[in-house]
Amino acid sequence: MAQLTMIQAITDALRTELKNDENVLVFGEDVGNNGGVFRATEGLQKEFGEDRVFDTPLAESGIGGLAVGLSLEGFRPVPEIQFFGFVYEVMDSISGQLARMRFRSGGVYNAPVTIRSPFGGGVHTPEMHADSLEGLVASQPGLKVVIPSSPYDAKGLLISAIRDNDPVIFLEHMKLYRSFREEVPEEEYTIPLGKAAVKREGTDLTIIAYGAMVQESMKAAEELEKENYSVEVIDLRTVQPLDIPTIIASVEKTGRAVVVQEAQKQAGVAANVVAEINERAILSLEAPVLRVFAPDTVFPFSQAETVWLPNSKDIVATAKKVLTF
Amino acid sequence: MAAKNAKQLGPVETLQAIEEKFEMFQILNEEGEIVNKDADPNLTDEELVELMRRMVYTRILDQRSISLNRQGRLGFYAPTAGQEASQLASHFALEKEDFILPGYRDVPQIIWHGLPLAQAFLFSRGHFAGNQIPENVKVFPPQIIIGAQFIQAAGVALGMQKRGKKTVAVTYTGDGGSSQGDFYEGINFAGAFRSPAIFIVQNNQYAISTPRELQTAAKTIAQKGIAAGLPSILVDGMDPLAVYVATRDARERAVNGEGPTLIETLCYRYGPHTMAGDDPTRYRTSETDSEWEKKDPLVRFRTYLEAKGLWNEEKENEVIEQAKEEIKEAIKIADATPKQKVTDLMEIMYDPNTEMPYNLKEQYELYKEKESK
Ligand SMILES: Cc1ncc(C[n+]2csc(CCOP(=O)(O)OP(=O)(O)O)c2C)c(N)n1
Ligand SMILES: [Mg+2]
Repeated sequence: MAQLTMIQAITDALRTELKNDENVLVFGEDVGNNGGVFRATEGLQKEFGEDRVFDTPLAESGIGGLAVGLSLEGFRPVPEIQFFGFVYEVMDSISGQLARMRFRSGGVYNAPVTIRSPFGGGVHTPEMHADSLEGLVASQPGLKVVIPSSPYDAKGLLISAIRDNDPVIFLEHMKLYRSFREEVPEEEYTIPLGKAAVKREGTDLTIIAYGAMVQESMKAAEELEKENYSVEVIDLRTVQPLDIPTIIASVEKTGRAVVVQEAQKQAGVAANVVAEINERAILSLEAPVLRVFAPDTVFPFSQAETVWLPNSKDIVATAKKVLTF
Repeated sequence: MAAKNAKQLGPVETLQAIEEKFEMFQILNEEGEIVNKDADPNLTDEELVELMRRMVYTRILDQRSISLNRQGRLGFYAPTAGQEASQLASHFALEKEDFILPGYRDVPQIIWHGLPLAQAFLFSRGHFAGNQIPENVKVFPPQIIIGAQFIQAAGVALGMQKRGKKTVAVTYTGDGGSSQGDFYEGINFAGAFRSPAIFIVQNNQYAISTPRELQTAAKTIAQKGIAAGLPSILVDGMDPLAVYVATRDARERAVNGEGPTLIETLCYRYGPHTMAGDDPTRYRTSETDSEWEKKDPLVRFRTYLEAKGLWNEEKENEVIEQAKEEIKEAIKIADATPKQKVTDLMEIMYDPNTEMPYNLKEQYELYKEKESK
């Protein structure tokens, strides 16, 4: 087994599916010869040819529309939006078109499209590149939204996403691309969409997180363990649809929960998780479910980014409020 | 309508006929010779020297910015060398009251339009003070969302028109940007309203790694303006005089109520796309690089001015020293600017004369306390 970074695991998954299914097409801005600005598609054009892996003109709405059309022609498009901050340019294709293809045609047409895109803060990009906009797409019926937090998960989830017959938004946190390596099997494997992972078991508190906040939550759990709190950490992995059974089973066990997102309080998906817990497990709760989030401003200019982003300290502080309620 | 008996062009011939018309407009060739005397703008000696001074200054600013970036003292930076004529000679044809909507690479134009250098550095450093444009400086912060400035320029131009101003809105994008829907919408809207806008596409041959040929089947970007009914011109973007004239004429038409113009300037960026890890050797050859360097706008303008006795090494060194000095001073100002706080960001979210939304207010109190520690 090889030790891969998340970006390498993503390339590996793309290669696996380009090999497996001749209908898989990878395209976007600079994904061909250049291998993508983060090198997620490094070497793929060389290996599979310009027919399968290609650069598009610079237009996100064009990339989205192309995916719709290629689906109608029986392809399985895997377009890249260079940074998810530019998703507004392609929102009609995503929410207005792809999400409704099956529905509008009464089940005749479908859109087996996986839109990959880097997102999330902490890497000091220029303005408008780093927003956490998963809530925007998670609120749209017809879409699945997947956010891996590790190289192993990234490969298995991306393969599942590509094989899924409905549109999937696959969000790759920029900070995780090269932050650590882990063992990733060379052979293909899938991780089912809609299934969370229990990253750490515990009995006093459940921390529910996704993306880069999973690592922060793990750190927080270790901190809390030093004070004799036993903390369970759940990585949602898919933020739409939510893995309700895993979340509820954990909360029923611990009786306390904190939901962590990097997005602003008014964005993200934490509010939805809290509502689900309240609706389904209120009688198991020993304390209100609290959230950890970023402040409700526009994503900050890079100088204030580090202070603005939530971190393990914020998680510990909120966890203590819940634990001592 | 074609006359009854005239041979009508088929669709293929029509395209060919249009494309053949788009020859590159040039006044000053690579050797620094005037090759198009009729079009020579006959700038005064002072004007010629001032334009040269700005180009030299900006080249130094580019070099210093790149090295500051490498030392970790700048942050985001998109190199400009190779585009001085496209950027500064077009700007040279504008008036102070004209409004500029730049892209991320168009910082030189807004500096020469009045943005203090220190603010340009703060923009690079990810500090919103960089985007706090002084009141008398008519520019919008550099656009990050490629193409957005084109349709916004149509809006500014329409506004000027409604107010009866004799000014223009000028916007810049690149060859890549001309593929965006906003590009087409922008030129079309401004055309439909006959608004005083100038749309400039700096075709530097690449959009990050993507070569110009992959952007469009159109032989030129300039010809895209034809579909929107705009006077459109393909200009040698390494020739300061040609760029100046094309912009001057576009401005004149615009303020005379004759509507917008599309200008494509053929140029090149010598450096990487930005300083954030782009490696041009992945998509360009050094042969192409050196081919373009032979067309350098500074070289040909220097030759031209030297022949006129208007420029020499001493003058050039003076400008270089002045640039270095002013850059140093500006960096000092940027360094002395208080670090941006999250509460500062909260204060610029909504009208300060209204009550903060409850969520933000709560968070404001929290951060105020955090920041006081
Ligand atoms: C809407 C949008 N899509 C993609 C990007 C990422 N991006 C930044 S610059 C660039 C290439 C632009 O090329 P061009 O328009 O030719 O301008 P140049 O950088 O060459 O000056 C891309 C794709 C962006 N900033 N905004
Ligand atoms: Mg370009």
